[in-house]
Order: sequence, then structure tokens, then C-alpha cells
Amino acid sequence: MADDTHLDHRPSSEPPIYAPKASAAMIEAQEPAGRWRRAWDSDIAYSFRRSPVAVVSAVITLIFFIGALFAPWLAPQNPFDPASLNLMNGFTPPMTDNAFTGEQFLLGTDNQGRDILSTILYGSRISLLVGFASVIFALILGTVLGLLAGYLGGWLDSVIMRIADVQLSFPAILIALLIFGVARAMLPRDMQNDVAIYVLIVAIGLSNWVQYARTVRGTTMVEKNKEYVHAARLIGLHPFKIMVRHVLPNVTGPVLVIATIGLALAIITEATLSFLGVGVPPTQPSLGTMIQVGQDYLFSGEWWITFFPGLALVLLALSVNLLGDWLRDALNPKLR
Amino acid sequence: MAVPLLQVRDLRIEIPTRRGVLTAIDGVSFDIEDGEILGVVGESGAGKSLTGAAIIGLLEPPLRIAGGEIILEGQRIDNLPYARMRAIRGKKIGAIFQDPLTSLNPLYTIGRQLIETIQTHTDLSSSKARDRSIELLREVGIPAPERRIDAYPHQFSGGMRQRVVIALALCANPRLIIADEPTTALDVSIQAQILALLKRLCRDHGTAVMLVTHDMGVIAETAHRVAVMYAGRIAELGPVREVVKHPKHPYTEGLMGAIPAMGHDVDRLNQIEGSMPRLTAIPPGCAFNPRCPKAFDRCFVERPDPMASDPSQVACWLYDKQPVEAAHG
Amino acid sequence: MAEATALVEVSNLAKYFDVSKPWLNRVLERDKRQILKAVDGVSFSIPKGRTFSLVGESGCGKSTVARTVVGLYQPTKGKTVFDGVDTADLKSRRAQRPFRRRVQMIFQDPYASLNPRWRVRDIIAEPIRAHGLLSGQDVDDRVDDLLTHVKLTPQDGAKFPHEFSGGQRQRISIARALASSSEFLVCDEPTSALDVSVQAQILNLMKDLQRELDLTYLFISHNLAVVYHVSDWVGVMYLGRLVEWAEKRTLFRFPRHPYTRMLLDTIPDLDMTGRERVPVAGEVPNPINPPSGCPFHPRCAFANERCQSELPKALPTAEGTMVACHAVEEDRLPLEDRKTVPVLAGGNDGAGV
Repeated sequence: MADDTHLDHRPSSEPPIYAPKASAAMIEAQEPAGRWRRAWDSDIAYSFRRSPVAVVSAVITLIFFIGALFAPWLAPQNPFDPASLNLMNGFTPPMTDNAFTGEQFLLGTDNQGRDILSTILYGSRISLLVGFASVIFALILGTVLGLLAGYLGGWLDSVIMRIADVQLSFPAILIALLIFGVARAMLPRDMQNDVAIYVLIVAIGLSNWVQYARTVRGTTMVEKNKEYVHAARLIGLHPFKIMVRHVLPNVTGPVLVIATIGLALAIITEATLSFLGVGVPPTQPSLGTMIQVGQDYLFSGEWWITFFPGLALVLLALSVNLLGDWLRDALNPKLR
Repeated sequence: MAVPLLQVRDLRIEIPTRRGVLTAIDGVSFDIEDGEILGVVGESGAGKSLTGAAIIGLLEPPLRIAGGEIILEGQRIDNLPYARMRAIRGKKIGAIFQDPLTSLNPLYTIGRQLIETIQTHTDLSSSKARDRSIELLREVGIPAPERRIDAYPHQFSGGMRQRVVIALALCANPRLIIADEPTTALDVSIQAQILALLKRLCRDHGTAVMLVTHDMGVIAETAHRVAVMYAGRIAELGPVREVVKHPKHPYTEGLMGAIPAMGHDVDRLNQIEGSMPRLTAIPPGCAFNPRCPKAFDRCFVERPDPMASDPSQVACWLYDKQPVEAAHG
Repeated sequence: MAEATALVEVSNLAKYFDVSKPWLNRVLERDKRQILKAVDGVSFSIPKGRTFSLVGESGCGKSTVARTVVGLYQPTKGKTVFDGVDTADLKSRRAQRPFRRRVQMIFQDPYASLNPRWRVRDIIAEPIRAHGLLSGQDVDDRVDDLLTHVKLTPQDGAKFPHEFSGGQRQRISIARALASSSEFLVCDEPTSALDVSVQAQILNLMKDLQRELDLTYLFISHNLAVVYHVSDWVGVMYLGRLVEWAEKRTLFRFPRHPYTRMLLDTIPDLDMTGRERVPVAGEVPNPINPPSGCPFHPRCAFANERCQSELPKALPTAEGTMVACHAVEEDRLPLEDRKTVPVLAGGNDGAGV
């Protein structure tokens, strides 16, 4: 009687029983004119302004973005350019004159004389690029598969979800390592460094699509039984049209939340892979590479080589994560 | 007459929002006598459920009581601390909700839930409490209660579950039961059974019931008096027969005319144009004025309070016996 | 159901749902397949321009009939003939087009039946565009026209569904259903989520539109008073079957089936005659394991051995009613004239509105 039971509930748009809440419809106000004005006035913007954690995380994330985007102009040196490096500057502690050259570095230098601050700026460039690209890759792949599985159901659903189940039984990092290893073995040696970053993106993306697919599938299965989808079917639209035009816009909310949290995860995965030495080539150090370089010197006193990139990684991942948490709460009407 | 069991005086409930404070309930006053069934009827958003929630002390923040008094047996209860209110809830006021599933814990047998509730409010021993539970279940019409007491909520049908909820509300012999849409989720045939049960309990125990519903039919055959609510205020309050047969407030009149009637071959139903205003857009004067066919000048400026019009009270300027001052208009 | 030729003819319609546990669980727990016969052998026809209502308690299968008739579900057995064409013969999307254009549905939940991300204008224009009925400015004009028809304004087209109340959303739903100039509307509890005063507006609107556009309605409701108000013919359903159907006045005045009588007895008495509602014992049985014979026999005061074993066939009575009941057939159940009960709420003793 799956279809009949829910159809027989009587008027109850009233706030549910003894937990009466101020429902949105009761207190909705007229929208003021102007797109910006409306955006500023929207519930999301309001909840953002009211949450100090969200504001601070957003500011930190923004600083990283700007730093990464404008690294060539902001960084004191280009750490990827061997010509600008002076080996004599190696192991300079932060804010201290170098014993040989007399130069000073805000956050010190590493073993090859690379300025840590510059390396962090350039490194977060790579981290953010890999993070974003792999999340977008996973998001598109997962959303398409989830939508198909949820809407069409049947054997297609079974196949997609069993693949997802199998993949979920391995840690994501293992999958990424595997894909990365296979790609390396297949590619000629001289191409490896050039395409390493794309391989990394695909590897991280492929290891993360499952949660998007699962979420989208779940929401799709809820949405496809809603009456507006029935109405679209009764008009005689092609199922793909219904999926794209009706279902897709209504399943994107939860996906964006996962994507934000997934971004932090992807950045960490990239750092982990680079730390393990299978990520980006050492000539283009990312945050993970630097932490790896620095750990050799951690106990000989040169703590800053690991500490500052590590701190940067923690700050970036944490603020993106907190932003995702806030977004999840803000979009969840139950917690509002 | 002695002091009424429950007195609600000038109750006001507010919702602070970022765009200012909205008033959900404004100046609502009524009494409930011992053993009386008071129907509270209104359309969605009229504030009938909020009134019930306020009495039982279960308003969810940010909703808050901003004014007025709720007096139970001569004692003010709207400003009690949470712990003391919790003791009153269940012991003196019972509650029945629309969806019986939300009031029952699916993980415990109904017997365990009944016994727990009984022991919270009385000093009965476990076995005595169990006997009392079985007695309660029998009283609300559950067949073979000795056996059914160890069943889980999902093993009952919707109507039987609602009976269990009523048994739970009766555990401590409360003086007042707040029943919020108790039959709305049930089929018509079951609805009649539950209403008959409520009426019988009321008669046998002298329990008063505040019956909150959107269904005039339920009120007509169950309640003694009825309060018709509109946009957070009481529009009309009076003996049920009077309100149903001779509605005075234009809203009540319209409402009664809008109900499709069996055996009356009317081509069109009487319809009230428009819909109830949102809280942000309650018009000045009488809140019903934009939809009222009988509105006149005064209705747009001055807000009517309930005024006596025997045997009812009506919040409508049509029933104002004082001569209107010349200043209006 | 003679009169004019029928626009819609449903014969022996059945819809079964497989509600078994997954295969592996079935094997391990040695369970049999469980088939839920939501609808089992329902036949009726609706003449053009008329309203046929199905009424019954939750789980009786009335919504399943509605969804099967419009084609949201594939029938397990039986067929629906619309304007002389068996809908089962329409195999391709292209062949279904005319049917899709002419048959639409109005849903129960005004909050779920409109895509929250679409503007009202686009929602109403979708059927017009999908069927390629109009193009360019004509679409906008048609949408304006439809909005005015359902007593909204053309300006409302620019808004999103959440800016409207339940009643207004239901008007938008009706406008969408009419957009492709449909002739047959299946209305699945269109007012049961609405407040009484708004319900009256929607029912009046639906009646006006029916008269104006010669619409044919299949109306599903649990509310007998609403059904009485809107219908020409009424069918009473119990556990997936039609137990009685007739012209509405006949049905409400001379109810023959014990279940119909029971339903009529449960209508709240707004006339304050002091009549006690007689609560009926028992509840609707689980449709997965329906009782043998007549499905109503466990709750029926007139049941005998035959009722327990033999499923009654629908037979015509002298009043023109079709009833599936052994007691009526065997003349054990006397005719009852209910001209006094149940009545009204309409005229408030002179207090005209």
C-alpha cells in the first residue's frame, strides 16, 4: 500500500503537533528588490553573518586562494626555478640572518635554500588545483552515475551500486595509489613528470566519486516519487529530460555540501600521496612534498621546514572543512 | 461557580525573527471547566496548536510566551521552571498528538512505557503499575490487554496506537487533556471510535479536554463549547450548538458555509475569498477585514476584542453594543 | 452507466505490487512471494463532461486506480479505453502523445507537485512547449490566459512556488493540467491537504472549469461530503474492489452495501441533531492477506457462510445501483431510505453568508 498510505493524510500544514515551530511560510517576508540586496538578505547569508566560525574559515580560505592565485607576484622568490635558488641559503631559520649570505627569510628556508613562504604559496597552488579539479571530476562522475542509478533503477542501479560497494571496501588512498601506480607503469618515463598532476587528479577523483553517487542516488529516489516528477512524466517528457530538468536541480544541495568537505579531503589525499613520494614531481613541491622533505631534518633542529607547511595544510583543510560543516547545517532545515 | 480548572488570560506568543518580532498569538483568553470538552478550531496557521503547546509548556524556542497568564487550578503555570512544569505535565495535564507514532518509543514495549510513566508520577510498585497499565489498556478498548501489553508500538494498527497514546495520557489521572488533532491521521471509521472513547473518558472521570482540530465535524459532535481561532486570535467562543447553528462572526459563518453538505444540492459552495494572512502581513484593525463581506469603516482601523453576545463572545464590531463614537470613519 | 458514450472506460482493472522481501532473504527465511493486490478487478466508465468519484478509506486502492488510469503504473490486468483507444496499444512515446496531451492529473500535495526550482510561468508552459502546441510570444499569452482562468494574475507567473499558499499552488497545478487543453483530469485528493475555506474555492473553481471546458473528472477522495458535492457518479471501494457504485443521489439516499452504510454513518453530524455516531467495530484488514470470500465479511453484521467463502459479484438493483453483496442479492438486507440522514451544514438557519 506504499502508494496509498501517504495520500490519506489530512490537512496538517500546521506546525507538527507539540513541537510547533515558526514555519518558513508563517514568517516569510516580502523579498526586497535587487539581486545583491536579495543575496545579502537571504537566509544563507544571514546564517553566515551570524556564525563567527564560518566567517573566520571563509577569510582563511580566501587568503589561501588569493595567495595561491597571485603567488608569482606575492612570493619573494620562485621556488620552482632552480636559477633563483642559492644553496648557501639552505637551512636558514625563520627571521634570522643567514650565516653566509646575510639574507633573511620570514619563515626560513629548506635544505636547498628555497624560501618556505614562497614554497607554501606555490605549494598551495598545486594543492588547491589538485583538490578542486579532483572534486569536480568526482562530483560530475558521481552525480551522473547516481542520477542514472536512482532514476532508472533496475540492473543499472545494481551494477553501479555494487561497483561502489566494492570500491568503498578499500581505503580511498589505496585506490588512488593503485590508479597512480598503474598510470605510471603505462606511461613512458619522459612523460611522467608532465602528466603527473593530471594522473593525480584522476586518481583522487576516481577514489572519491562513490559518496557523491550514493547521495545523489538517495535524493533522486526520493525526488522521483514526488508529484512534480509524476506531473512531468504525465506530460510525456523523455526520462533524460526529466532527470536533467527536474530531478538534477533538486538534488544538488547535499552534493555541494559533500563537495566542500570533499575538497579538504582531496587536499589531504594529495598531500599524503606527495608525502609518500608518489604525487607531484619533487621539482614542483606541494605542501605534502615539503612536509616530507622537512621530516628528515625534524630531529636535527630544523623544525620550520616541516612545521610551516604542515600548519598551512592544517589551516587550509580545517577551514574548508568548517565551511562545509556550516554549509551543511545552514542548508539543513531541521537544524535551523 | 468555583474557579475554572484552567484559565488562559490574554495569552501572547511571539516569534523573534531577524526581521523583527512577530506575534503568533495575541490576546487569547478562555476558561476550561472541570469535565468540559473545549473545541479549538481554526485553519492552518491560526495558532490553535501553539495555544495547546503553550499550556502544556512545550513551546519550542524561539517561540516564547510574551504576555498573559495560564492558570491551572488557581496556580500560575506559564512562568514555572522547566523541572516543575515537567512534573505538572503528565500528572495534571496529559497530551495526545496527531501522529501516535511520534508519541511512542518504537524500541520499548507499550507496557514498559506505561509503567515508566505511571511510576514517574506515583509511588506504585512495578507489579502494581503493571496491573494499572493493563487496566488502562482495557479502559481505552484494547482487546486482550494482558497479552498486548508486551507488544511493541509497530505491532498495533493506527487506531490501536492512538488508544495506547490515550492510555499513556491517562496514566496519572490528569485533570486536563490537550488533544491536538487526535483523529486527523485516522480513517473515518476509526475516527468515530476514538472520539467516542474520548467522550466516555471525559464523562467517567470528569477529565477536561482541550480538543484542537481543523474539523468542524469533530467539534460538532464532541465538544461542549468551541473557540474559533483566526490569525492568532479568538474570533468566536461559545456553546458548540450555538456556534455551529447560528454563527455570529462573519468568519465562522463563512467557514460553516464552506463545508460541503451532504444531501444539500448546492451548485457552488460559499467561499471566503483569499486566505489567512501570514504573520508578517496581518492587516490593521480586524485581521479578517480583507476577506470579510460585512466589513465597514471601523473594522479597518480598530481591532475588536471578544465582546459578549449571549450566549457567545464574538470579536466583531457588528456586535458592539456601545454606541460608536463619532470620531470613527 | 448509459447516457452518452463514455469518454473513459475502465474494465476489470487490476494492479498488483510485489512486496516480497529481497530474493536472498526469501530463500533464507523460507518466505513465499508476497503480492499486494492493491486493485483487483475494477470496472467503471465516465461519460464526457461528467465526474466519477472513487471513495474509500486509506489503503482501499483508490489512488492506485487513479495512477493506473493515467499511466503512472502499468496495469497488471484489465484495460483503460480512452476515447475509443485502448491505452495498452500505445506502445511508443510518439503513439502516446495525444493521450498524454488530453489526460492530465491534479495531485494531492500542493507542496510536492510543483518543482520548487522553477518559476510558475515555466511550470505552466512546460506542457505547451513539450507538445509543441505554441511558440514564442503565444506561449506567454497562453500562460497569462491560464493564470487568469484559475484566478491568479499574469504577474504571479514570475514567482516561485514557495511564494504561494497551498490553495494558490493548487490553482497553479490546475493551470498546468489545463495547459495542453486536456479533456480528462484525474484528481487525486486535490483538496484534502487544504483548509476548508480554501477547499471551497478550489471545488468551485473545478466545477466552473468543468462547465466551461466540458472537462471529465475522475475524482478520488476519502471525504464523502466533498464527493457528494462534486460527483455525478460515485463508486465505493473496499480492499481493492468496487463494492457499490451508482448515480450519486441514489447512492447516498439508498445505500445498499453494508460498507457504504457504515461510511455514511461515520460522517460527523454538523446539523446537531444529537444523533450519536455509531462507532463501527474493527479496522480495515491487511490487504496482503485479505479475508476470504467477501473482503468485508469480518466487519459485516449480515455475513453468513456464503460471505466467508464466495466473492460476491456486482449485480444491478432496482434503484439502478451496482452492488457486490450476497446479502443484497439474497434480499436479506432491506432497502433503507436515508432522505433525512445525513444532512447538511449549508444553510445556517437564515444566517446567509
